[in-house]
Amino acid sequence: MVGARLPLMLKDAALTALVAAALGVFIVGFHTVDIGSRTGLSFDFWFADLGVALVVIFLGRLGLSLAAEGLRWPAIALGVVMLIAGISPLRLPSGFLHWFVALGGALLVVRAAWPWANQAIAAGAATPTGRLIDRIGNQWAGWFLLAVAVLLPLTPIGDQKTMDLGVLILTYVMLGWGLNIVVGLAGLLDLGYVAFYAVGAYSYALLSTQHGLGFWAVLPLAGMLAASFGILLGFPVLRLRGDYLAIVTLGFGEIIRLVILNWVDLTSGPAGIGSIPGPTLFGAVFAETAPEGKQTVAEMLGVPFSSNQRLIFLYYVILGLALVTNLFTQRMRRLPVGRAWEALREDETACKALGINPTNTKLTAFAIGAMFAGFAGSFFAAKQRFISPESFTFIESAIILAIVVLGGMGSQIGVVLAAVLLIGLPEWFRELGSYRMLAFGLAMVLIMVFRPRGLIAHREPSIRLHPIGAKGGG
Amino acid sequence: MAYFSQQLINAITLGAIYGLIAIGYTMVYGIIGMINFAHGEVFMIGAFISLIGFMICGMLGIGSAPVAIVLVLLLAMAFTMVYGWTIERLAYRPLRGSFRLAPLISAIGVSIALQNYVQLVQGARPKPGGQVVSGGFNLFSSDGFDVVVSWLQIIIVVVTILLMAGFTWLIASTSLGRQQRACEQDMKMAALLGVDVNRTISLTFVLGAALAAVAGMLFLMYYGIIDFFIGFLAGIKAFTAAVLGGIGSLPGAMLGGLLIGLIEVFWAAYFSSEYKDVAAFSILVLVLIFRPTGLLGKPEIEKV
Repeated sequence: MVGARLPLMLKDAALTALVAAALGVFIVGFHTVDIGSRTGLSFDFWFADLGVALVVIFLGRLGLSLAAEGLRWPAIALGVVMLIAGISPLRLPSGFLHWFVALGGALLVVRAAWPWANQAIAAGAATPTGRLIDRIGNQWAGWFLLAVAVLLPLTPIGDQKTMDLGVLILTYVMLGWGLNIVVGLAGLLDLGYVAFYAVGAYSYALLSTQHGLGFWAVLPLAGMLAASFGILLGFPVLRLRGDYLAIVTLGFGEIIRLVILNWVDLTSGPAGIGSIPGPTLFGAVFAETAPEGKQTVAEMLGVPFSSNQRLIFLYYVILGLALVTNLFTQRMRRLPVGRAWEALREDETACKALGINPTNTKLTAFAIGAMFAGFAGSFFAAKQRFISPESFTFIESAIILAIVVLGGMGSQIGVVLAAVLLIGLPEWFRELGSYRMLAFGLAMVLIMVFRPRGLIAHREPSIRLHPIGAKGGG
Repeated sequence: MAYFSQQLINAITLGAIYGLIAIGYTMVYGIIGMINFAHGEVFMIGAFISLIGFMICGMLGIGSAPVAIVLVLLLAMAFTMVYGWTIERLAYRPLRGSFRLAPLISAIGVSIALQNYVQLVQGARPKPGGQVVSGGFNLFSSDGFDVVVSWLQIIIVVVTILLMAGFTWLIASTSLGRQQRACEQDMKMAALLGVDVNRTISLTFVLGAALAAVAGMLFLMYYGIIDFFIGFLAGIKAFTAAVLGGIGSLPGAMLGGLLIGLIEVFWAAYFSSEYKDVAAFSILVLVLIFRPTGLLGKPEIEKV
């Protein structure tokens, strides 16, 4: 029976490779290179690369059909062969192809072994120990992560590199949690979230460099400013349907960026704003020598100065800010307005019928989300000490959205996992750096296709009329 | 007056290119109600294939400009169509019946992936090329200002008009067009009556991609330089055009394209060129707020 299917599979794989060849023949095959400024371009042929890629695609497709037919062992064998070919010292035309072949093989193995893994997990979860671990995981995973995050700077691994990365990841966690209110809870797709981040960053940069205000004084102001921008934008556009809203917010994000770029008198345009003061601890600055009339943190605490102190302080500041965001969201979900968000996400017409004002409800979500982006923005400005419009492009919005989507819209812990995956991993694997955004885009597509509810599927209602297990009419 | 006429000619040329891209948005929206965010990237791919096509023509020694243009046009259309088909097949078809924002998020993913794919395989630097047509003629002169129409502008407008006419005929009086309109009205009913819905949707994407490829080639010939990022701005503006004209309506897309071209060119000519993109985005926001159905669109009835 399988023998009869084999020609079909081969045909299918050949067709896939043919389509891939049509996709790649010009864009990949003819690599254009600059030759001098006047003569323009010439070709550098990449057909060998293309050929190897096509073979991988052919074998990969064949392996996938084998796995789908239940022939797991041949599929796994094929995957292992590809994996070995990828990591072997065999000379392929480019380094990328090694990755491509090896990753293709690894994916094939995972796909072929997936049903077994699924079975094993399901069987494991059904045993009493499994259920216990599951319950502990559900209840304590968050606390465990929190403990790790709090203790990290005190452990030996908390060196400068790790702390830098920690601050970066936590910034994205905070942005993800903020956007989660808008996208995950209220179901409004906001593609211009970075605009509010920019508003917060520029508020702090301008107020501190031109009016001498400190970080802690500006933080609430920046949040309020960003929230007012959210209301200003949201009021007219929140009546729109989901996908229109997405495009309008995208347009708004670009407008803000273009205004920042071109309003040179205020923002010094593409040159950006530099020498922004960092945050202070009870008025003490983090520096080796304090400016006139101030003292350094090292003097205040009576410890020797080290450059790490500033980083660790920043780490705790952003950790605190992120936790405030999380706590706030958790609380809001239990309030009427929070429940209205989730109800609105599920069915707007029903909400209208029940007397919920959709515009006001959406507006609160939008403004609160914007406020947290404003906080994160002023933190970003204080951390970087230099900001320019470069940092607030659409791609930044897309990254934050990818974190929320990957984490599972509405799940708080999913956002943390996704931020570690999407921000942390590429930083650790520097050599993959230039392929990062490619993987980003593909990941967004794959998640929508295979796990549209995200890594952690959490669409449980925050509150139930009849708790599970209790006898209820229904 | 002369300055005004010159700007008008430039605006119509630009508007024709936007209109061609806008048709892709409007058709896809009409048939499956999704914003194909990756359409701008398809346009960019079309421009790159045209660039490579022109270079190959140069290598093969095809000196005659009309021959080269026709060859590259067919080449770019054919190979960009494959992109349109593949995107629909891999990123959108599996999502039919998923939650409402899923296709849009997937489309954003496709858009990011395609941009970076082209950046990786073709490099990030702007690529010059495609300037096979030069020259033009003086339309008239007044106040010492010559109003020039280039041959290229004429080609762009003529190609656009021909394609529009062909396209209108395709939708109005071929069986494919009838199937498409049937799917637009009621997909389930069309399927019951024997219309292959999946095939029709695929073809819609393929046709949109073909028009985007033409737009990409014209864009390349007009500006003489492209990079991997052109799809983003052009895509947004074309989408604005589609919305302005009334999304789902073919004449609307063309009208919207022209209007966006006019707004952009005249804003740059009389106010400030820095804020011309802001003007386009503001129009998008204003239209969506005050007339979400656009100029020629039908009002949408929300079904429970």
